[in-house]
Amino acid sequence: MNIEIILHAGLATGTILLFAAIGEIFAERSGILNLGVEGMMLLGAMAGFSTSLATGNAWVGLIVAMLAGGILSLAHGLVTIHFQADQVVSGLSLTFLGTGLALVLGEGLTGQHPPTIPIVDIPLLSQIPFLGPVLFSEHSLLVYVGYIFAPMAAYYVYKTRPGMHLRAVGEKPSAADTLGISVYGVRYFYTFVGGMLAGLAGATISLSVSPGWYSTQTTSGQGWIAVGLVIFAQWNPIRAAFGGYLFGMLRRFILDLQGPALLFGFANPLYVNSNYGFFLQMMPFVLTIIALVWGSRAATKKRLGAPAALGVPYIRGERGL
Amino acid sequence: MTSSPPPNAVEMKDIVIRFPGVLANDHVNLTLKHGEIHALLGENGAGKSTLMNALAGLYKPVSGVMKVHGEEVNFSSPKDAIAKGIGMVHQHFMLVPTQTVTENILLGLDEPKFFMDLAKYDQKIRDLQDQFGLRVDPTALIWQLSVGEQQRVEILKTLYRGADILIMDEPTAVLAPQEIDELMNTMRSMTEQGKSIIFISHKLNEVTAVADRLTVLRKGVATAEGIDVEGLTGEKLAELMVGRKVIFSVEKKAQEPGAVVLDVREVSAENNKGVRALNKLSLDVREGEILGIAGVAGNGQSELAEVITGMRGCEGSILINGEDVSNQEPSAAIARGVAHVPEDRTGVGSAPNMTITENTIMKNYREKPIGNKWSINFTEARSHARGLKDAYDILAPNVRTMARKLSGGNLQKVILAREITTNPKLMVAMQPTRGLDVGAIESIQRLLLAQREEGTAILLISEELDELLTLSDRIAVLHEGEVMGILDAENAEVKEIGLMMTGMKRSDS
Repeated sequence: MNIEIILHAGLATGTILLFAAIGEIFAERSGILNLGVEGMMLLGAMAGFSTSLATGNAWVGLIVAMLAGGILSLAHGLVTIHFQADQVVSGLSLTFLGTGLALVLGEGLTGQHPPTIPIVDIPLLSQIPFLGPVLFSEHSLLVYVGYIFAPMAAYYVYKTRPGMHLRAVGEKPSAADTLGISVYGVRYFYTFVGGMLAGLAGATISLSVSPGWYSTQTTSGQGWIAVGLVIFAQWNPIRAAFGGYLFGMLRRFILDLQGPALLFGFANPLYVNSNYGFFLQMMPFVLTIIALVWGSRAATKKRLGAPAALGVPYIRGERGL
Repeated sequence: MTSSPPPNAVEMKDIVIRFPGVLANDHVNLTLKHGEIHALLGENGAGKSTLMNALAGLYKPVSGVMKVHGEEVNFSSPKDAIAKGIGMVHQHFMLVPTQTVTENILLGLDEPKFFMDLAKYDQKIRDLQDQFGLRVDPTALIWQLSVGEQQRVEILKTLYRGADILIMDEPTAVLAPQEIDELMNTMRSMTEQGKSIIFISHKLNEVTAVADRLTVLRKGVATAEGIDVEGLTGEKLAELMVGRKVIFSVEKKAQEPGAVVLDVREVSAENNKGVRALNKLSLDVREGEILGIAGVAGNGQSELAEVITGMRGCEGSILINGEDVSNQEPSAAIARGVAHVPEDRTGVGSAPNMTITENTIMKNYREKPIGNKWSINFTEARSHARGLKDAYDILAPNVRTMARKLSGGNLQKVILAREITTNPKLMVAMQPTRGLDVGAIESIQRLLLAQREEGTAILLISEELDELLTLSDRIAVLHEGEVMGILDAENAEVKEIGLMMTGMKRSDS
């Protein structure tokens, strides 16, 4: 167990959650709850992997992964925005649809080795003691993209005109509508953005963090953690980034706990009986549930957080929102 | 720019608007002259808001012609209407609660383009405020503002867009009397600066106070088109609105109140946001007495009703016939004879997807003959419901009709019927007539007075001052969760109540 390794690996796996959770934040800020993140991620992971294999270019794979996630999310958009169906049901179906598509289309990809996203050091910054090796060396380029992307997303949401419109549509669509903002247009757009980012998160796994195609094990439920992270982050992209890194480090820490035969001079029970490891691997999900409960309670108390119109279809002329 | 502007700001001719199953506007004409305040009157559901939503670009008329400044227009979205200088102040405010005043005003505009320098726009909005005397802090978040301030934001929003035709949909409904005066001054100063205003209302005195001409709608048809306000009497207007002569006063018999039924002592409670909504509030209600609670919405009325009926925890004590029921389940209050007519008829007062029968037995389903241990005798329940349907004149095809299919007035009758059959000692009625048409208001008010004669203590919470003055024996005025004073309804003056509603304590109390 090495703290530097845990932090380093946490940042890498946290980047997956960062993209997925910020994508979901965009969708939810517009009022669309998309529980299909897991499905969109898996489809993105498969599409990115197989495109990279076919074209020999990991970047093309990344773009196709984003398109795949985005296009899949539009199915959710159509069902919930135009047909005003229940967003929870539609989101869950989307997970099944995405997972199923990915498994069928990904048949035979296991064991292949396409080009992956390059791993680089940042000159100078990587020389800083401790921080350099953790933050700025031997990371995939996508990790560095994540560093920049989270604050940009936050600035976009809070400080720009389209960000203001996005928040208005999620909080009070009727107000946005009366001022000539297209509620449906905004919702479709950010549902698509959310899908693209989920696809990117998937490809971050298959083309960068743990390259390869391992069917459903590729994402292994991280899409769900991303959904929980949104609430933990109270719909704030910066908090989502930190939450993602924290979860990433936790995962690595749990993995490392199972390695050594001795722990603090005693026999490591996790090493002796590897079944205990499964219990620990469950912990991030338990934490997700706790974050969900705690986060939503704190949010309702402090009036922060959940967009008021989240999950509510907009129909012009209906009273209320 | 032409040298002589066309005489009319807006002309609407033969407007027809249809919703599934409803003809909301049937060949309606409306002409708004430059610089005038034109009142649009009508009962709830008469089609006023619908007509104005068409002018604001939200609905499309099936047929008819609309002209703005003499030019024919065909709006396909609110943006088109805004571009023609039409601004609408909606009855239900169209503001985003979590954004600042400035952000709300800038929403939907093309400028700023991408990056926002909010400080610059804060200043712009302050300048606009000075011009029209509409003060509100541009950096404040909407949810922190009072209702009156929120309305100013709505008006500023339209002015910032350069609107010269303003539609105000029942702007006075949410205001205290002093705020209403202020609003009317603002409206006058806006017309002096060349704006034209359409003022939707169903309050006759306000129309006569501020409007130049008026149009009256009844059931989607105009019963008066652009007549002068001067010389019109309230009776005449009411007749145009309702289609028959209206008796304005229901009779209240003189009677001596009996023993104290409800005694609220130093009660404090928080609202849903965790902010203190009731602050050491004390009051009492006696047998056969109606205590009216006046106040601007959101000053603790809902919380007061909820602590008494056991739906909200509190500090202090609430005695019903001497027994403390504070911080107990609603069933404790029900067992002591508390009836509740809640503000939210469909969310709290009834189960919309259940039948009239099921809604009427919700309080006595455990008692014989309807309840029998674990089973419900639906034959008995239905005959019970049929009895109530006849006695309370509930208009519905039959007792198997879903509650959600009833009109507001009939649903309220179902709720009152259920509550009254429990022979209550105390009735807490919140906004029992809000949103109902004149006929239904009359029958609900009669039912409340009949209960008073039966000796029930009634706590009547209402935002309609006229209603409180007619029905109550005494009136308590709430402001920020405190009782500003309790007045005798017979000698109470609207002006004094108005002052107390804005936070002035009564000197002699």
